[in-house]
Amino acid sequence: MSDALLPQEFAELERWAATWCLATEPERWAQRMRSSMAELRAFYDAFFPRAEEAIAHCDRFPLDDMPPEAERLFQLLHSLLMVSYAVEVWKQPAVVHCGSARIDRVLEPRP
Amino acid sequence: MARFQKPAEGTWTEHYPELGRGLVSFDDSISPAFYEREREAIFKRAWLYVGRVEQLTRNGSYFTKELPGVRTALIVTRDMNGIVRAFHNVCRHRGNKLLWEGTPRDETRGSARQFVCKYHGWRYGLDGACTYVHQASEFFDLRKDELRLAPLHCDTWAGFVFVNLAREPRQTLREYLGPMVGALEGYPFHEMTERYSFRAENNSNWKVFSDAFQEYYHVPPLHTHQLGPTPEAQNPEYEFEGAHYQLDGPHRMVSTSGTHKHHWPAEHLYPSEALTRSGSTGPWDGPDLGATLPGVNPSRIPRWGIDNFQVFPNLEILIYERGWYVTYRYWPTSHNTHVFEGDLHFVPARNARERLAHEYAAITFKEYGLQDCGTLDGTQMGLEQGAFRSFLLNDQEILVRHFHKTVGDWVDAYAREQAAAPAR
Repeated sequence: MSDALLPQEFAELERWAATWCLATEPERWAQRMRSSMAELRAFYDAFFPRAEEAIAHCDRFPLDDMPPEAERLFQLLHSLLMVSYAVEVWKQPAVVHCGSARIDRVLEPRP
Repeated sequence: MARFQKPAEGTWTEHYPELGRGLVSFDDSISPAFYEREREAIFKRAWLYVGRVEQLTRNGSYFTKELPGVRTALIVTRDMNGIVRAFHNVCRHRGNKLLWEGTPRDETRGSARQFVCKYHGWRYGLDGACTYVHQASEFFDLRKDELRLAPLHCDTWAGFVFVNLAREPRQTLREYLGPMVGALEGYPFHEMTERYSFRAENNSNWKVFSDAFQEYYHVPPLHTHQLGPTPEAQNPEYEFEGAHYQLDGPHRMVSTSGTHKHHWPAEHLYPSEALTRSGSTGPWDGPDLGATLPGVNPSRIPRWGIDNFQVFPNLEILIYERGWYVTYRYWPTSHNTHVFEGDLHFVPARNARERLAHEYAAITFKEYGLQDCGTLDGTQMGLEQGAFRSFLLNDQEILVRHFHKTVGDWVDAYAREQAAAPAR
């Protein structure tokens, strides 16, 4: 038995799993807001080139019946998209010109 | 050079001459006294959208809903005969809030065969009839058979559940919605059961936020990043034009051509847009809904992208060409605060790739929605400062003009009725 959280093919992403395998948007949002741009970029740069392969991997299983490793990879993909706005669009963790506004995601599909 | 033909009068605004073309006061958005009148004249008389039938999956399903602006809390339920009903969420015994979890201010949902009051254990059937009074023999002249929860007028249209707080609504829901909104009846809303819900507490009058979402004139300057990563795309001087504006009674709509990013070359896309084939106008590979979509794109504009229906007073239905829809609701909590609810509805994802396309659209909604929310404090502060008492609205802001006129008309009509009514 290994302690791997992710599928073996994505072993190089293990170092991000503990931080970014998060099941809900509020958790992913909070993690983005408490991260530095250097941390967000490092995660994005490491994962984005393999994102297409990761989606294909998750697509081998039914959406509601993924093995735990694939489910965590799927969560990591959700986090990648959350982080992508900071890296690709705003160049900072927070939304540009959002003032003191806050929007909470109170319901989302599961799985 | 205009890209879209305007009506024969030359402008959309002048096509509806009752709107005028002068400066517009926003005193209706800063006045506590006006807010009090608005609660009575509008929120206690209009049909209000409180939820979708898909939230009531089977007989016995219920959800609660807070309408703080009219100090009303609701139970909406599908009773054991499948009838959708709404009640005040108040126990007949001593007025305790009947259904709540967490705190009495939180909304809840679930499934029940009967409603039980936490306080003294009174029970009610899902039709509202009282079925059990604890220690009934201790009461005086108790006629349990006559005790009921207080019902509200409740009706559904196209799967949207509406309530009306009036003792006797002046129009049925279908009469109220009129032909323009009513034409959407056959749109396949019921297939779009995968839902993302968002909530925000904003420091502005409810109409100030609604105003932001019934004009697209603000999009190029405020949401400069939205069109893409390149300098050509990020042009704050880009000139927006709505393709078609239409008014129908208190309701209004605009059709736009959208961005159609699925036709764009990759260099004009953010990498995650290309990865997920999704973005601000939704998943590019939407479901096949068939060729005819009732009610949408009423003027048959070419390259149709989005319809934005503003259903008076506080519901917006956005229907996207790629086969998904969004609702916005603005619930006043005081003259200068409101709760915003945004709900995204998709045909359920069949696999991980489709779910990630939905997720990216939902992330995108929040990112740009935060920019809209972020400006609200500043708009409300600016209006309350009183430096200007009337404001300029252009032809692309015709729906803002119509909205405030309609609000004023309803408040005036109510005042006239009150003045004419015999004293009670």
